[in-house]
Amino acid sequence: MTVTAVRKDPASLSLELEAEFEATPERVWQLWADPRQLERWWGPPTYPATFTAHELRAGGRVAYHMTGPTGGQPRGYWVVDEVDPPRTIRFRDGFADAAGEPDPSMPESHALVTIEDVGEGRTRMTLRSVFPDLASMERLIEMGMEEGLTSAVGQIDAILAEDA
Amino acid sequence: MQVTATDYDRVFAALSDATRRDIVFRAIDGQEGVAELAAHYPMSFAAVQKHVALLERAGLVTKQRAGRRLIVRTDLGGLTVARELLDRYEELWRARIHRMGEIIAADQEQPS
Repeated sequence: MTVTAVRKDPASLSLELEAEFEATPERVWQLWADPRQLERWWGPPTYPATFTAHELRAGGRVAYHMTGPTGGQPRGYWVVDEVDPPRTIRFRDGFADAAGEPDPSMPESHALVTIEDVGEGRTRMTLRSVFPDLASMERLIEMGMEEGLTSAVGQIDAILAEDA
Repeated sequence: MQVTATDYDRVFAALSDATRRDIVFRAIDGQEGVAELAAHYPMSFAAVQKHVALLERAGLVTKQRAGRRLIVRTDLGGLTVARELLDRYEELWRARIHRMGEIIAADQEQPS
């Protein structure tokens, strides 16, 4: 298990998650800095992400779309606010329309990624996400998870709720 | 203290500061308006008002009229939805981190 800590705060719509990898900070950085590697983990194999722009610098823009089993291609973008290789990436995560333009009806979420050497050949990656409201949170989850999995989780919740 | 949606440092500072968490907790009873809530914190009325506005936009509290007063009340439904969504978001990231680990493991098998 590589996830070492999770803190969730519903009152501020935020999540902090820590994971450790047996790799150097530079190697973990490459998972973010190389768009071809990013594509291999951002979406599940059956719901892959394609990055069509990847300007990993302050003020830069990253654009991507997902390709679902039914052919739908929801689009997202990041506005990159800070990059400090191989330690820090701050970005805002938003939704785009079919033409790739930001969707003004959905506010952006905030993400902060920090990468640090914790010794003995291990690197800790911390992700902090803050959501502006429930609707954008739900949409970002829909975009990041395969539809089938999302509905499976919903079904399990419903079963548990019936038992309670 | 100000909280704006576009200011990272302040957004992240708000996590450790816990004022919003405390407002959500106090407003479960739904007895107080913004002015009464503000009396609990060592910050200005305007600052507390901004916290409440942010919570309202997020769907976690509502303002309800009680006679001539507007009281702040925690939306327990919104809070439940927030908890469920955070659980799913955690699942999403656990899956991503699992894939990141697999990619790193793969380059040890096939050194380039």
